[in-house]
Amino acid sequence: MEECKLQAVGLTKIYDGGSKGDVTAIDHVDLEVKDGEFVMIVGPSGCGKTTLINILGGLDTATDGTVLLDGKPVAGPGADRGMVFQGYSLFPWLSVQKNVEFGLKMKKAPKEERAAQAKKFIDLVGLSGFEDALPKQLSGGMKQRVAIARTLANEPEILLMDEPFGALDAQTRVVMQELLADISKKTRTTILFITHDIDEAVLLGDRIYVMSRRPGTIREVLTVHIPGERSHESLVLPEFLETKKRIMDMLWQESQDAAMDR
Amino acid sequence: MEKKNKRRGVNMEHMLSFICFALIIGLWCVLTFGGFVSELFLPSPFAVLRRIGELYADGSLWANCFESTARVVVGWFWSVVVALPCGMLMANSRKFSAFVQPIIEFARYLPVVALVPLTLLYLGIDETQKYTIIFLGTFFQLVLMVCDTVSGVDANLINAAKTLGASKMQVYKEVIFPAALPGLMDDFRLTIGWAWTYLVVAEMVAAQNGLGYMILRSQRYLATDTIFAGLILIGLIGLVTDFLFRILTRIVAPWHERLADR
Repeated sequence: MEECKLQAVGLTKIYDGGSKGDVTAIDHVDLEVKDGEFVMIVGPSGCGKTTLINILGGLDTATDGTVLLDGKPVAGPGADRGMVFQGYSLFPWLSVQKNVEFGLKMKKAPKEERAAQAKKFIDLVGLSGFEDALPKQLSGGMKQRVAIARTLANEPEILLMDEPFGALDAQTRVVMQELLADISKKTRTTILFITHDIDEAVLLGDRIYVMSRRPGTIREVLTVHIPGERSHESLVLPEFLETKKRIMDMLWQESQDAAMDR
Repeated sequence: MEKKNKRRGVNMEHMLSFICFALIIGLWCVLTFGGFVSELFLPSPFAVLRRIGELYADGSLWANCFESTARVVVGWFWSVVVALPCGMLMANSRKFSAFVQPIIEFARYLPVVALVPLTLLYLGIDETQKYTIIFLGTFFQLVLMVCDTVSGVDANLINAAKTLGASKMQVYKEVIFPAALPGLMDDFRLTIGWAWTYLVVAEMVAAQNGLGYMILRSQRYLATDTIFAGLILIGLIGLVTDFLFRILTRIVAPWHERLADR
């Protein structure tokens, strides 16, 4: 049995809606991510995915429930849970190099160590030669590479990714997905990745949590069995298509139920 | 091609600025040389130039410009020194904001001229009184501007820094301050302009030198040419200040993209 890295127990978030009444974003969500595992959360838009990952990352607080990292409860944001956001969130006044060094600078790591670590991860995401560029000079895909390098350079226990490729065009997205699959294999980083893109979920995940519509609950957990390396070629394998169909059916069912409610 | 057009656009703008000044001076010439207005009310441009020459020759031009500029800069500087931390705290702490906001909003509406008697009573007629008038005139506006600018910093950048392990102090120093810097430079630039308005208020009473004093004393002797000389000098110092601030902003925040620069 592999060690459990991140665990969520009974996470519930209720927003105070004032006169309109309270809104339950997520309802008793349990999940676990094992050490070195690549876990996907997929669900219809508005199901509380972002609320969930923000609570896991410590940027939002749960109304009820606990987040455990290596078995210990965590509260508030920290370097142990690195996050990558859809909007890149690069510091526009810092060069690529300085952006990647940011977390290490916060830890007051020595300059040489910072530079060496930054170089390693800039190489890893394929941005050598762009060390001195400013974020505004980079394309969306390159910005997200910097954001990934910046988080990895900090050596977090787990990488939390909130629809990181959602703003990219289709071709760039596939390139980034292959890059991330490659990084995950090379670094053995534990990753929890949120998406509404079923292809992305099946392509990248070892396991997939499928969420229901709002209030978000875990509807089902699937284990993905796709032979060989994950690449764009996996997208046409029968195993891929079969898993994709199962998730599509579930989400279709969710949308039918939502329509019935209305 | 695009670059060339942009160039031409900039030249065009310079041209228009120049034409505006030329029109005003032209109108001034027509009014005075055409004999439409008495010399007593509006001296000719040459008379004003001659007067500036005389002031330069007897040394009072530099002395007055220097005194006034020093008062403006010192008063404004203290206003910045206090307003910056105060505004940053207001933007980031609801409690602090609740504590100081009402008094600041209240003080903001007090006309500075009405405070002159009190400053004279408390501080006498030395330089401190003049700095205080300028401070009072600019501080309450500036603190709200700083608060507003700092509140406008992209929350995603702050979240990214927190998940990279930045402490509260580090978030202020490494993220909020640099992100807000271009906006703050704009706030400072606007406030130093207002400081010149309050300078004249400060020099109205109990000053022995300065451009405001020179203008007010000239009224007594109906020396309209000196009044215009003083006004033109204040305007020119204002133009230079503005220009310096724009250059300084480009130096401290070269990453910042302005709409006008695109």
